[in-house]
Amino acid sequence: MSQQHTVREFDTELGDIRGAVLEMGRLAGGQALSAVKALLSGDVGRAHFIIEDDRRIDALQSEVEDKVFRIIARRQPVAHDLRLVIGAMRIANDLERIGDLGKNVAKRVLALDSPPHRRLVPGINRLRELVVMQLDAVMNAYAQENADAAEQVWRLDVEIDSTYTSLFRELLTYMMEDPRNIGSCAHLLFCAKNMERIGDHVTNIAETVIYMVTGELPQEERPKTDKTSLMPIE
Amino acid sequence: MAKTVSALDERSFPSTVLHVREGGQGVALDIRDFNLWYGSAQALYDVSMGVQRGAVTALIGPSGCGKSTLLRSINRMNDLIDELTVSGSILVGGEDIYGGSTDVIALRKRMGMVFQKPNPFAMSIYDNVVYPLRVDGVSSRRVLDETCERALKGAALWNEVKDRLQQSALGLSGGQQQRLCIARAIAADPEVLLMDEPCSALDPIATARIEELISELKGNYSIVIVTHNMQQAARVSDNTAFMYLGRLIEYGGTDDMFTRPRSSRTEDYITGRFG
Repeated sequence: MSQQHTVREFDTELGDIRGAVLEMGRLAGGQALSAVKALLSGDVGRAHFIIEDDRRIDALQSEVEDKVFRIIARRQPVAHDLRLVIGAMRIANDLERIGDLGKNVAKRVLALDSPPHRRLVPGINRLRELVVMQLDAVMNAYAQENADAAEQVWRLDVEIDSTYTSLFRELLTYMMEDPRNIGSCAHLLFCAKNMERIGDHVTNIAETVIYMVTGELPQEERPKTDKTSLMPIE
Repeated sequence: MAKTVSALDERSFPSTVLHVREGGQGVALDIRDFNLWYGSAQALYDVSMGVQRGAVTALIGPSGCGKSTLLRSINRMNDLIDELTVSGSILVGGEDIYGGSTDVIALRKRMGMVFQKPNPFAMSIYDNVVYPLRVDGVSSRRVLDETCERALKGAALWNEVKDRLQQSALGLSGGQQQRLCIARAIAADPEVLLMDEPCSALDPIATARIEELISELKGNYSIVIVTHNMQQAARVSDNTAFMYLGRLIEYGGTDDMFTRPRSSRTEDYITGRFG
């Protein structure tokens, strides 16, 4: 927006909401990154820390909701202001879920007795890289209210999907090779799926940012290439 | 007519952003390229908009933007002002009300008007409501009684006053007086109801009653309401027109205007960023 509100307190309140959402994004991204690191190194201590730390994200989400309710009740925001506050609440919701998915990866570190086979490491790392990069990019798009940047994130989710699909195939292969792998591979499959789900939440956030800025949702169908749910097991 | 040279920079005013369907059967009032001058001061610039039949249209904008002037142009109330000149047209049922042959008295009967402050006449409630019919020469007691009841019911006032119709209207509360004025306006069965800040002198409960009444009346009447209260425009209207410095800046469905206006001036005004 070019101008400040006549009531400046309104700007301060909007700024507070935005600050809390950005902080959530920072924490959720750190959580996902740290969870995968704990997974790859079998670091149980780090996993415990991540599980505990998820509370901070939850607390921030409540804080964002409180602030949004208050600003709606007291200031009746309209137009861009309304899209901003509703958008913040939706993004906070997605970030809270992202935090949960990171926490779930950390929990699985506790269940696995050893780090994954080194042949799987590149695939998992690639997925982690993409997810963290996309989350960073979408939070930057939010911070700058940049719809074009958000749209780019929205389109790139296909990469996460295809990386996940190849990891899914790899894990299936290991399970078929040796049934003793099934336990650990099942956990890893969930970890991979969690990362893919984080990608979906990032895509939601990208859509919210586009709506916040332009008032319109993307016209096209969401790009989707995760077809693992339809994949037969030969 | 030669246009007065304006102090405003024309280039800073792009043409109106319109997102309301125009023309056709659905239009109660068709305002076309309407300009108005008070002496040499131009108050309205090339206003063009169709007012949808049976809908509530809100005119919003900062003080002095021309919204009341536009409202008063619709029933030619501005005629009372000296040195008034207009160009363009306002069509009601295809007829230009500024055409030479318009009978202004007959026109005003088709336009009910409600003002900022309730203005009941110093007479009984009954006489207030049937006043427009009496002026028109109706004397049948049955017609007057029926009209009185219908109009008071229509204005959601009947139950409160049916037992004291002969008492003075001045004894009613402000909110009741305003509903009485609405009853008087609809007694003549107008096509269009013009409301100029009808709730600005009322408390929130009386305001809510009037807003409820507006939503009941729409459909039967095409309502044009001028309001300073943007939340009120958002609550009661189907379409909203934003005016600024005598121009229609943006006109669209109220849902769109308050969630995603297209003009940055509209955005700045409704979000409270003006000046």
